[in-house]
Amino acid sequence: MAALQPGTKAPDFSLHTTPDQAVSLHDFRGRRLILCFYPADWSPVCGDQVTLYNELLPEFRQHRAELLGISVDGVWCHLAYAKHQKLHFPLLSDFEPKGDVARGYGVYHTPSGTSERALFVLDEAGTIRWSYVSPIGVNPGADGILGALEAMEGTRAS
Amino acid sequence: MSARTARLTLAVGKRDHIRGPIDAPLTLVEYGDFQCPHCGAAYPVIEEIRARLGPRLRFVYRHFPLTNVHPRAEPAAEAAEAAGAQGHFWDMHDRLFVHQDALEDEDLVSHADALGLDVQRFVDELAEGAHAPRVRQDFLSGVRSGVNGTPCFYVNGVRHDGGYDMASLLGALEAALRAA
Repeated sequence: MAALQPGTKAPDFSLHTTPDQAVSLHDFRGRRLILCFYPADWSPVCGDQVTLYNELLPEFRQHRAELLGISVDGVWCHLAYAKHQKLHFPLLSDFEPKGDVARGYGVYHTPSGTSERALFVLDEAGTIRWSYVSPIGVNPGADGILGALEAMEGTRAS
Repeated sequence: MSARTARLTLAVGKRDHIRGPIDAPLTLVEYGDFQCPHCGAAYPVIEEIRARLGPRLRFVYRHFPLTNVHPRAEPAAEAAEAAGAQGHFWDMHDRLFVHQDALEDEDLVSHADALGLDVQRFVDELAEGAHAPRVRQDFLSGVRSGVNGTPCFYVNGVRHDGGYDMASLLGALEAALRAA
């Protein structure tokens, strides 16, 4: 399975972030968006990754970009995890059918039953401008995301 | 989409806190957080490595406070810089890693006192946030270099993706020495 590449329209989705609240991709039309697929809440490498991105929300927002985390964990798990890590961005639950959104983006990892560790940067029109799949044990950091956002400056999509 | 090699984007220079000869063949850069337990665990490992490699190594410490999970990391980082402004960065660095359970404001003041610093100047600089820009500059340089958690090490400018145990870190340094 290959991850969706730059230039591709990002497939729309609607996923729960709390038991009674859903987030849809099309809600973010007109804004830049970072999609962070990660294998699971609570695993130590993910902890570092979401902790890092949580610290970088001001930098992302300087580039007018919002951040969404997506994993196959359920909403209650996400709520506990977000509270524990003091996260200030939504975690989306790709739970039913499991991994359906990850599959649509080409980043479902069947052997582990989770998504890959994958990043997508979308422009204001919902087109993928950058994507990256990290080796599953390696936290990709944030330099790639910031580089992609900088490359988008001055090329605002309609 | 191959895996990228993360490299240090801000070269080691005059702005840095450096231990060891400026022209040493090996440079180990740490991005660390004084409240991070892993950084605390890495501290004696680094000390042992510095002892073993002697003049072949220069060690550089930069700040990477993860402020949401470690609320005392930022004040501690600024305290180390405030001590640095009085010529005692490394003394405070060592003291903070040995006393990671004492990072409250009053603890930082007593560390400054124990190190014989001008305490009033130290307190004033912390209150003004005089060293906050420097800490943020370190943090952002780490982000651009692919820091992905703490501690994060760079061996001669390349991110070390292994552990911070003696075998892994010393092994990476010795390999870099052979390659140099």
